[in-house]
Amino acid sequence: MRRRDKLMLLGILILAAFSLLALTWHPLGKSLDREEFRLGLDLRGGAHLVYEADLSQADNPGEAMKGVINVIERRINAYGVSEPIIQKMGEDRLLVQLPGIKEIEEAKKLIGRTALINFKELKSDGNGDFNFDENGRLIRVKKGEGEYIVIPATAKINGEEKELTSKYFKGNTVVVLNQMTNQPEVAFEWNEEGAKLFTQITERLLHKPLGIFLGDEPISAPTVQAIISERGVITGLDLNRAHWLSSLLNAGRIPVPLRNIEEHDVSPTLGADFIKWGLVAGIVGLSLVILFMMLYYRLPGVIAGCALLIYTAMVLAAFKLIPVTLTLAGIAGFILSIGMAVDANVLIFERMKEEVRTGRTVRAAIEAGFNRAWPAIRDSNVSTFIACGILYWMGSSLATPPVMGFALTLFIGVAISMFTALVVTRTFLRISGITGAAKKLALFIPAAPEASPKGGS
Amino acid sequence: MIDFVTRRRRYFLGSALFIICGLIFLAVLGPPLGIDFTGGVVMGLEFNQPITQDMLEVKLSELGHSGAIIQSTGKNSFLVRTGELEEGEKAQITKSFKDLGLASEPSFDYVSDPIAKEKARGAAIAVAIASIGILLYISWAFRKLPNPFRYGTCAVIALVHDVLIVTAFFAIFGRYLNLEINLMFITGILAVIGYSINNTIVVFDRVRENLSKGMRLSFEAVVNNSLVETLGRSLNTSLTTLVVLLAIFFFVGVAIRSFILVLLIGIIAGTYSSLFIASQILVAWEKGELVRLFRRSS
Repeated sequence: MRRRDKLMLLGILILAAFSLLALTWHPLGKSLDREEFRLGLDLRGGAHLVYEADLSQADNPGEAMKGVINVIERRINAYGVSEPIIQKMGEDRLLVQLPGIKEIEEAKKLIGRTALINFKELKSDGNGDFNFDENGRLIRVKKGEGEYIVIPATAKINGEEKELTSKYFKGNTVVVLNQMTNQPEVAFEWNEEGAKLFTQITERLLHKPLGIFLGDEPISAPTVQAIISERGVITGLDLNRAHWLSSLLNAGRIPVPLRNIEEHDVSPTLGADFIKWGLVAGIVGLSLVILFMMLYYRLPGVIAGCALLIYTAMVLAAFKLIPVTLTLAGIAGFILSIGMAVDANVLIFERMKEEVRTGRTVRAAIEAGFNRAWPAIRDSNVSTFIACGILYWMGSSLATPPVMGFALTLFIGVAISMFTALVVTRTFLRISGITGAAKKLALFIPAAPEASPKGGS
Repeated sequence: MIDFVTRRRRYFLGSALFIICGLIFLAVLGPPLGIDFTGGVVMGLEFNQPITQDMLEVKLSELGHSGAIIQSTGKNSFLVRTGELEEGEKAQITKSFKDLGLASEPSFDYVSDPIAKEKARGAAIAVAIASIGILLYISWAFRKLPNPFRYGTCAVIALVHDVLIVTAFFAIFGRYLNLEINLMFITGILAVIGYSINNTIVVFDRVRENLSKGMRLSFEAVVNNSLVETLGRSLNTSLTTLVVLLAIFFFVGVAIRSFILVLLIGIIAGTYSSLFIASQILVAWEKGELVRLFRRSS
């Protein structure tokens, strides 16, 4: 065996072993900080949200967006979502990805809202009360002549009417235990403007109920006992929720209004199914292809089969180590690239067959086959790379992770396939060329009979 | 030996018929567009007890969405498609479905109108750039031959042919098979474009090689020989890729079936166009038949 081939063989075995280890042996994964495959939202479950900010009123749009991202990051942290993605897109858009989150509706309400807590009053002609049904939902009540409608509590500052919301809280809310009721309360302080508004409102609503809402959800509706200006408490929450609300409020307020313009929610159970079946599909596909190669191309086919197995291990290891976020489309891209990996081998084997027909020895046919097939392999894979590049660009500018995932896995798959065809298949073929099997030409010629072309070879 | 070239008019006719059929369906029924391009909401529902489509229609009408489109995707699972929902409507609708017995939280996809327009534009741009990029690349790769632009153009014609065949299929069978044209469809189209060019290049590469051998043969004969010589490779590669795709198609669920179908049909169309369309147009061009076609009709 030539020295070059020995070195190549060694290199291939090392790469293959490393790939297998990276895939199966935990300590290696741990030391590289890559223990698991990274899964996209459609496999893991979670929410993909795109918001558009209304920057028309903002003095400094850049700062405003930074503020928005900052607050949203902290609000999401209060949820304990692992590996959230918060990304600015363009001038006024925000991408938020929350993997594995279960309470999507609640999260949405809190992430997108400028103010978390709204204060509302009853607009009515007579006396009445906020009525909540057994689920804690507010119901409209018709009582006597008037219908009670809930409106935001407003007051005037400098002649301008403003709604009372938590945006006027100082960022120092605390959870305290009320000595008398033994219930937790969220204690807050008003800033200057808030104090002005609250004074007016408590004055107007003296002895009437004031509704406190988290987004659209009512938390409580205490009756105003006195005119208050500087501080207040929110009751009606258990200890955990109180702490959680406090940390949300202290995270700050979003400076500009946000509108939800795109959303995709996937439940985790669906994702787990996809993974299972994706695996089955991959194994079945790979097995069928290897079987076909072996039957049709005989000995070279067996070599291609081994090369394909090494190829699969290397590609999966690459996905794990880079890491590539796997989506369903990404898995499809990988499985598609298996088919294309075969292509390089087929090109080489077809050339070899022709060379053998013109009377060359097996060893010479192997070399000639490679040299003649390489330009075709290179040229035809470049077009796939171009398509992948464009797809990746389209996917990232339109914030569509599946498209990006597909482009990336296809690209990596095809690139590594070029490598395995060039190095692995060639080395194995060369080695087989110097064994006794090389004497038996029939092992190297495909099974089916071919019509020979006239007028040229 | 097989003759690929002489009966080329038949192949052109066959493709043209299917494509025209598809275009008629497109014009009459409109393309089956997904919310990626139209905007709106799609909710995926799994029920843990027997539910019929009518029951869902009733519930939706009650909530003011009688125009909602409902699709059955399996036993007691459905896709419901509506326009944009107001704040709070989603919770309302989810609750009324929960009353019917939902097995888990519904999946929810929402694309607002402006985003849908952007996606449509982005997709169109991507396909245009891909085609132009490939035209330029092939013309460059075949620069040493006479008329290199012809090779590039024929490759692009084959590519457009493949895209039209897939689109025609979706236009004709889309509503019956619950297929839709969305961003994943476009992704599939771009993948098919990349793949189709592979095939075409291999054939043209052989044509280039045979031409440079300088044998005294007509262009038609050279092209035919090239096709026959590369037949083994073309068929094998397509076959293996199709096998792999069929495996995915049968084992993975509804979610990407549309996408895999694009790839399946696209690769079949791509193989067909590499063998029966691209090179044949090259020959027809060389023989001046295309010019005659235009002259006759003018």
